[in-house]
Amino acid sequence: MKTKFKIAACVLAATAITAGLFSFRDNSPTDYSKIPVEGEIVAELTAPPLVPKPIGNRAATKLIVNMEIKEIEGEMVDGVKYTYWTFGGSVPGSFIRTRVGDEVEFHLKNHPDNKLPHNIDLHAVTGPGGGATSSLVAPGHEKVFNFKTLNPGLYVYHCATAPVGMHIANGMYGLILVEPEGGLPPVDREYYVMQGDFYTKGKYGEQGLQPFDMDKAVKEDADYVVFNGKVGSITGDNSLTAKVGETVRIYMGNGGPNLVSSFHVIGEIFDKVHIEGGDMINKNVQTTLIPAGGAAIVEFKVDVPGTFIIVDHSIFRAFNKGAIGMLKVEGPADKKIYSGTTQEGIYLAEGGTIQNMPKVKNEPKIVVAKTLPQQLKAGKELFGGTCFACHQSEGQGIPSVFPPLAKSDYLNADPKRAIDAVLHGLSGEVKVNGKKFNNVMTSQNLTDEEIANTLTYVYDSWGNNKTRVTSAMVKAQRANSTPQSGGSH
Amino acid sequence: MFAIPKAKIILLLFSLLVTTSILAQDTKMVLIKRGAYVPLYGTTDKKTVEVQGFNVDVYPVTNAQFIAFLKKNPEYSRSKIKGLFAEKSYLAHWESDFNYGKNNLSNAPVTNVSWFVAKKYCECQGKRLPTMDEWEYVAMADEKRIDARIKESFNHYILSWYEKPKTYANPVGGTFKNYWGVYDMHGLVWEWTSDFNSIFLSGESRKDKDTDKNLFCGSASINATDLMNYAAFMRYGFRASLKAKYTTRNLGFRCAKDLK
Repeated sequence: MKTKFKIAACVLAATAITAGLFSFRDNSPTDYSKIPVEGEIVAELTAPPLVPKPIGNRAATKLIVNMEIKEIEGEMVDGVKYTYWTFGGSVPGSFIRTRVGDEVEFHLKNHPDNKLPHNIDLHAVTGPGGGATSSLVAPGHEKVFNFKTLNPGLYVYHCATAPVGMHIANGMYGLILVEPEGGLPPVDREYYVMQGDFYTKGKYGEQGLQPFDMDKAVKEDADYVVFNGKVGSITGDNSLTAKVGETVRIYMGNGGPNLVSSFHVIGEIFDKVHIEGGDMINKNVQTTLIPAGGAAIVEFKVDVPGTFIIVDHSIFRAFNKGAIGMLKVEGPADKKIYSGTTQEGIYLAEGGTIQNMPKVKNEPKIVVAKTLPQQLKAGKELFGGTCFACHQSEGQGIPSVFPPLAKSDYLNADPKRAIDAVLHGLSGEVKVNGKKFNNVMTSQNLTDEEIANTLTYVYDSWGNNKTRVTSAMVKAQRANSTPQSGGSH
Repeated sequence: MFAIPKAKIILLLFSLLVTTSILAQDTKMVLIKRGAYVPLYGTTDKKTVEVQGFNVDVYPVTNAQFIAFLKKNPEYSRSKIKGLFAEKSYLAHWESDFNYGKNNLSNAPVTNVSWFVAKKYCECQGKRLPTMDEWEYVAMADEKRIDARIKESFNHYILSWYEKPKTYANPVGGTFKNYWGVYDMHGLVWEWTSDFNSIFLSGESRKDKDTDKNLFCGSASINATDLMNYAAFMRYGFRASLKAKYTTRNLGFRCAKDLK
């Protein structure tokens, strides 16, 4: 009995050791606190969506980081100004790239025109406050502290000056990458994206300089959830780009302050995810969760051309609060991987009703007759906040998904029909400029005046027929029309 | 031939000196009556702090007033000041030692001054810097009430200042007149107090005392759930980041005086 038990125990132990060795094979037991550094270099810092050059196989070194804090006014979405507090002048702050074993000499500089003291807590730091206790710096001053990077991974940094929530909510966060020895495997494209939630006095899209709203922040009731500090920072002309066959790596962080991100790229599957920015790699992931104050490294090969939409799949944030980005992939199509539409027909069931947004009863506002330039300006801002996500910044739409508004025969043929579409939504097949579309547009919860301004702007842009839409026209349509389907004629 | 213009210049300079020094001495003060208040931070278990009656300047000290002081005390001018008492950015936005230049208004608050020099200035006027309790006591008043700290719009006003750039260039007296008749406690510049570093200064004090923990990091976010605290946090946080020789572009001062 006894011997049998002993043997069993031995076998068990041996298996455990082998298994252990096997699974931790990548976790080399090097004590990075002991490895020496060679030379000294000044760190390259980049604003999003760019990242500094990979560290490759350079030795650990003394790395000097010069980070300047600036309080600046920026634009959240067209016509909405916001005072951002930034590390390096951008939200998120400058990307810092180091390797494990580096000795970082961190210079934190607070611009003389700033009003407030700030500090920095880097999650890559082993030490009190992540550096925060050593870096509180008054405007017009500089603090220096040193740390050694002991753990490879992708880490968030942020300001930790009281009131911490407010400093983070105003944009004071960024990423620091600590590469393993020898560097991460090379890829074709690397990008830096970070999500953040913003709380403004006015609701989404309300014009003018919007102050931070502490009450909403405490209630976690965000007005904006955005990538890289503002709505549309990585859409349209600013989209991320790649070519068919390339591998894309996104260093994806979440500054918060409150919300956790359900990060997803529509039409792609992440081949690899460094979960929470650490060593563990998960494969074939659709959506990865990124905690506030956390990060992930995602990698995927792009196989077919097209525009891939980057979202927080907590989806109302994407379509109503700004959490939308784009990756434009160019190159030859591969019909085996994705064919496009091969057949289309009619199917009728009891469904097919038009989606309606819940309507909020607004106080009737006094309608002020606007001049054409005023209408156009207001319309452009509304377009940028409401319509562009589908119809795109130049009204070009997305082929076979969202119809174009530019030089649109459908639009120019009938303004009343256009008003109805905005009022009540539109679904079913429509033919625009000779191409068929079959999708659903939701009813837009806008006032008569807002609809008039938006449509006037659309009609005045991109080669349309300059129809001027008035509030009265919208009012009339609202009064006498019922929801219609697009293909009724 | 040269005598007349010279005399004229001297006369002119003299009269200028007289007027500016008159202006300097002419700084209006108002009486702050004795009272008590519960400061947001700096006391254990939220005890009431008594504030004795005192006089305080109606406005922060201006560029013009500060020049008059420097002319009497040239050892405090930009080129003469000892590094111990003010760092290099001392009056850095001025054109020269005794000239604030075209880009600064005569009646804008003087900023980029260190605590040492602010203290000296007040002493030369037979005054002193207000204590933090005195300053906070005066600053909690809005137009009508001695303590408006629970009023939402009052706190919004204070907080909105953080989002307005370059207010230091504005003339004094442009903000509201509070209950006591004092201007610019909020909305213009930060101000030195005599005991600005009495709490939350070093890393040590942050960790060692429970009361001070309120001001740091995690505990701050737990306790600061209302606007009133947020507005105050900013001031305490700012003061905590200072050293006596520091000067910053958004930091000025005003003087106070004991009652006789």
